[in-house]
Amino acid sequence: MSDAPIVQMTGITKDFTGVRALDGVDFTLRRGEIHAVMGENGAGKSTLIKVLTGVHDPDAGRILLDGEPVRFHSPGQAQAGGISTVYQEVNLTDNLSVAENLLAGREPRLGPFINFRAMRRKAKALLDEIGIDLNVAAPLSSYSIAMQQLVAIARAIDIDAKVLILDEPTSSLDRDEVAVLMRVMRSLAERGTAMVFISHFLDQVYEICDRMTVLRNGTLIGEWAVSELPESELIGHMLGREVQTLGALEHRAARHRPDDDVLVSARGLGRKGSVSPFDLDIRPGEVVGLAGLLGSGRTETARLIAGADRADSGALEFRGERLRGHNPRTASARGIGFCPENRKTEGLVGDLTVAENMILAMQAARGWARTVPPARRDALVAEFIEKLDIRPADPDLPVKNLSGGNQQKVLLARWMLIEPRLLILDEPTRGIDVGAKADIQRLVNELSEDGMAVLFISAELEEVTRLSDRIAVLRDRELIDILHQESDMTTDRIVETIVEKGGDK
Amino acid sequence: MNAYLKRLIWPLAVLVTLIVVNIAQTGFDFIVPSVHDGRLGGAFVNILRNSVPLLLIALGMTLVIATKGIDLSVGAVYAIGAAIACQWIIDRDQSAFGTILTAVILALLVAAVIGAWNGAMVAYFGVQPIVATLILMIAGRGIAQLITGGQIPSVSDSTPFVELGRGAIATIPVPIVIGVLVFAVLALLTRTTALGMLLEAVGGNPAASRLAGIRSKGITILAYLVCGFCAGLAGLIGAANLGSADANNGGLWIELDAILAVVIGGTALIGGRFFLLGTVIGVAIIETLNVTIINVGLSSQWQFTAKAIVVFVVAVLQSPEFRAWLLKPFRRPDGGEPAPEPADDKEALAK
Amino acid sequence: MSTTVTERPSRTTLFDGLGRYIPIGVTVALLIVMYLGGIAAFPRFSSPQVIASLFIDNAALLIIAVGMTFVILSGGIDLSVGSMMAFSTMSIAALTVDLGVPAEVAVAAVLAFGTLSGLFTGAVIHYFNVQPFIATLAGLFLYRGLTLQLSDHDVSMRDIAFFDWGMLRMDFAGGQRDGGFSLPNISFIALAVVIVAFIVLHYTRFGRGVYAVGGSESSALLMGLPVARTKVGVYAVSGFCAALGGVVAAYYTKSANPLAGVGLELDAIAAVVIGGTILTGGTGFVLGTVAGVMVMGLLTTLIAFQGDLSSWWARIVVGVLLLAFILLQRFLSRSGEKRRT
Ligand SMILES: Nc1ncnc2c1ncn2[C@@H]1O[C@H](COP(=O)(O)OP(=O)(O)OP(=O)(O)O)[C@@H](O)[C@H]1O
Ligand SMILES: [Mg+2]
Repeated sequence: MSDAPIVQMTGITKDFTGVRALDGVDFTLRRGEIHAVMGENGAGKSTLIKVLTGVHDPDAGRILLDGEPVRFHSPGQAQAGGISTVYQEVNLTDNLSVAENLLAGREPRLGPFINFRAMRRKAKALLDEIGIDLNVAAPLSSYSIAMQQLVAIARAIDIDAKVLILDEPTSSLDRDEVAVLMRVMRSLAERGTAMVFISHFLDQVYEICDRMTVLRNGTLIGEWAVSELPESELIGHMLGREVQTLGALEHRAARHRPDDDVLVSARGLGRKGSVSPFDLDIRPGEVVGLAGLLGSGRTETARLIAGADRADSGALEFRGERLRGHNPRTASARGIGFCPENRKTEGLVGDLTVAENMILAMQAARGWARTVPPARRDALVAEFIEKLDIRPADPDLPVKNLSGGNQQKVLLARWMLIEPRLLILDEPTRGIDVGAKADIQRLVNELSEDGMAVLFISAELEEVTRLSDRIAVLRDRELIDILHQESDMTTDRIVETIVEKGGDK
Repeated sequence: MNAYLKRLIWPLAVLVTLIVVNIAQTGFDFIVPSVHDGRLGGAFVNILRNSVPLLLIALGMTLVIATKGIDLSVGAVYAIGAAIACQWIIDRDQSAFGTILTAVILALLVAAVIGAWNGAMVAYFGVQPIVATLILMIAGRGIAQLITGGQIPSVSDSTPFVELGRGAIATIPVPIVIGVLVFAVLALLTRTTALGMLLEAVGGNPAASRLAGIRSKGITILAYLVCGFCAGLAGLIGAANLGSADANNGGLWIELDAILAVVIGGTALIGGRFFLLGTVIGVAIIETLNVTIINVGLSSQWQFTAKAIVVFVVAVLQSPEFRAWLLKPFRRPDGGEPAPEPADDKEALAK
Repeated sequence: MSTTVTERPSRTTLFDGLGRYIPIGVTVALLIVMYLGGIAAFPRFSSPQVIASLFIDNAALLIIAVGMTFVILSGGIDLSVGSMMAFSTMSIAALTVDLGVPAEVAVAAVLAFGTLSGLFTGAVIHYFNVQPFIATLAGLFLYRGLTLQLSDHDVSMRDIAFFDWGMLRMDFAGGQRDGGFSLPNISFIALAVVIVAFIVLHYTRFGRGVYAVGGSESSALLMGLPVARTKVGVYAVSGFCAALGGVVAAYYTKSANPLAGVGLELDAIAAVVIGGTILTGGTGFVLGTVAGVMVMGLLTTLIAFQGDLSSWWARIVVGVLLLAFILLQRFLSRSGEKRRT
């Protein structure tokens, strides 16, 4: 590993209307190293990447690539200059096929014409390399967001670049895929590729990175070798306060004592091609976790219960009453709230403000004529901005201008506002920083203590085991077991269940 | 609110420029209202009066566009509204107040039903708005002709119906009163209730709105219904003003002008945020422009060209990228590096 | 390799590739039904020349709709095409008849102008971030205005031999007399445009870029695709096609009418959308557009065969048929999609 910097950014400042996202930040990336950029939600990590790769123009500062001053004006130019990037949130075009997404702009050609056969072959090989097997001719939209994330990574890796930037590439991946990604990253590092890695998973950062740069509120806190900075100090630097509370959830909170009467009960509920019929009971005051690998049908299960998709078999009962014509509106009227996994496309209305997005479900339930009184609305919004620590704490900002983690909190607030009986959370902690994640976990705990039922989905098994009273395990779009013994609440037990029961067939 | 006003500045500047040009041509009489026969007159008041049909349609169109939709059938609905009213009146006692009232109610009812039908096509059958409304754009004028039997029914000048277009209430021309009323009602309806926000949510992200439990179908239908109603009302005013209903040419191409007014007013065709006041300014620009062309003494061939130029100027003035590009020569390049190109792909992201 | 992650797409694989062909399949099927209905109602409808005429009378519309397909696929819209067509025809007339410029030169100049003006519009739309609707609406007014300034009455080009070429016919299956059909050169121009467009959209990087930009402009940008070039390019294509439509119109009528093509932009958009292309961009096919143009043409033909309809009944019938067509299309593609899931 040589010490010559390949990327050097100095004094980078970037203002958005009303917000200074970066304030005189320096950043140095050396050849062959894997460099973590750390910071809370909204610290400016993604903005730093976007300034480097020409998405945003910096308001001040210099960028040197290989010692030469550069200023890219579009990601295309950055790619040509040798910087390949996976941006936060999946940025692919899901109307095109997987193969086209992998190779768009670099399709194999015969003369001026694209050679589709060669393209599919190349795409297949590319995916094989990182260990995924998809139908490359299928439209990207038919795959889950996690798969799309892997495709985005495969695409970036294939652009044989000097610098590879990965902005939260692992946010929706399972441990197996993460392991694959780590392996690929190591082999790239050996070949001398410099990498920037952004993640809120500290263990991943400690496992793979050599150095880290910490940002807070758009300012540079410092740069350390990973080995020199213990985790607790890192968190201290990131959050700017001492951490006492984080450990609190390390052990599962005391089990809740759910009532005996069932709140929601699914009997043979299923949808062809999406999830096989399953039975599941959810009681007030309990947290039910959904665990399973990618594509095991976690999201689909949640969507059926939430009424987002229509079931074509079985029945859903709510407090003993059989639900007919279950849809998001009737669900919300009964107090079933659903935070979908893809907050950009299904969760938030980007143009509306933070306050409007928060109030949306409540207002929808009241109908258009009965406005939430402005005073009440402002009070509620202010309360939840504070409770969830949404930053910037400006209710009138368009929600699309918030950082990813803060957007997630806005979505959570939308449903907490209506005080639902059942809250369905599909990957609520995806892309959320350590502090906020602990906040959300604590919140889930509190809510269920207050008698709310929670259906909790997370790719992070630790999180599921830590929070859940019972865990429904899925495999191949089938609910294979429900773990409820205290002693079963371990990741190993879940993995065992998946392997064992899967072997039955 | 601040950002909202900022959006209106450029359209307002264009409007003021047009007015100044007119004043330069024809003197202050252009803007100063006069009183004839107990009602307000003068060039500018006349522009406002004549712009009311377009205004009504553009206001309805604003709501439809907010839902990510578009309504091409408004011109045809205009014709239908006019045809129903005039035909009903000439077949009956023209001076009876009851006749006029039923004619008006009937016309508005049919217009609203047509609007609701368009909305249902979009919301329930999932037909793309442009196609759904294209059907009635084509068939609607046929229906209007069917109603009038292919004739152009003219009402007598003495029927109270014509007051809708020519009369005045407390010296203020009736159309202007109607226009202000409709604007006020729509503004109140969308901004003091939650309707506006829900419309913007449905247009901004239909999938998210559905999951949030919004009755997006109902909201969509309501927007089209209001738009149809406004188009019918516009037809009534137009017919009352002329005293007749021309099924072929009444409100011809008014949909394009309406959409134009909406867009000039700052509402994006991709749905979401909408600005009723902006639409009002857009309408004023279009109508003032038409008069300006005549006042400046341009031949009618120039009309289109002049309109094109004004549309173009408003459009680029509203673009921050264009303003940055204009100002570029006056800015110091930073630190010897190539100055950032003003108009790059970045804004696509910011959107 | 430690593990292989795999996932079934959330829909069954059988229809994976085929799913997106459902709307166009339905459109073609309905088109055939409509045609058979025509044959059942009118004996003379079965002549192959009825179909051939669709490609003669609608040659200009077809070309323009193909250009429009590019724009709509990219997520934009082009309202200026009708005026651009009229302006092209009128310019050719003015250049050849009034100024005596050789027709070849006039045609080349007009095509170049169409392309360049499309480039300009595209640049304004992309670099200044002006909404396509409004930028091209300015074009609609501008070219109509310029056309009227060139001449406010019809100009005949009958005396220029060059324009005879367009309607020279080639017989197929024995020509019209022997139960076959014949097509003039303008139809071949239109078909050539369709074929080239098909190849460009499906087999070149530019074409795939159009789909990518239509799917998500910001994603395409972050993927490093040449968004600027693509967005400007589609308007250039559309401008070229509109100008070519003007040339074809010159061949077809041998005269220039200042009010030709009023509202043609809506016909073109309707044809594209009826052909299954989604107005928000990213999905659709140029062959769908061909089907869309044929639907519109066949409707007009049916009305013409009926003959004794008053003009207003004709409009209503067209509307009703269009409605039936669209509802059936929606209904069938929906149930087709449902079957897939
Ligand atoms: N396009 C934009 N317009 C306005 N403000 C923006 C824009 N993009 C980002 N911001 C603001 O800049 C700040 C930094 O955002 P950034 O996305 O860089 O955070 P981040 O560190 O990547 O956070 P996260 O961990 O949540 O992804 C935030 O306050 C955000 O609200
Ligand atoms: Mg980020």
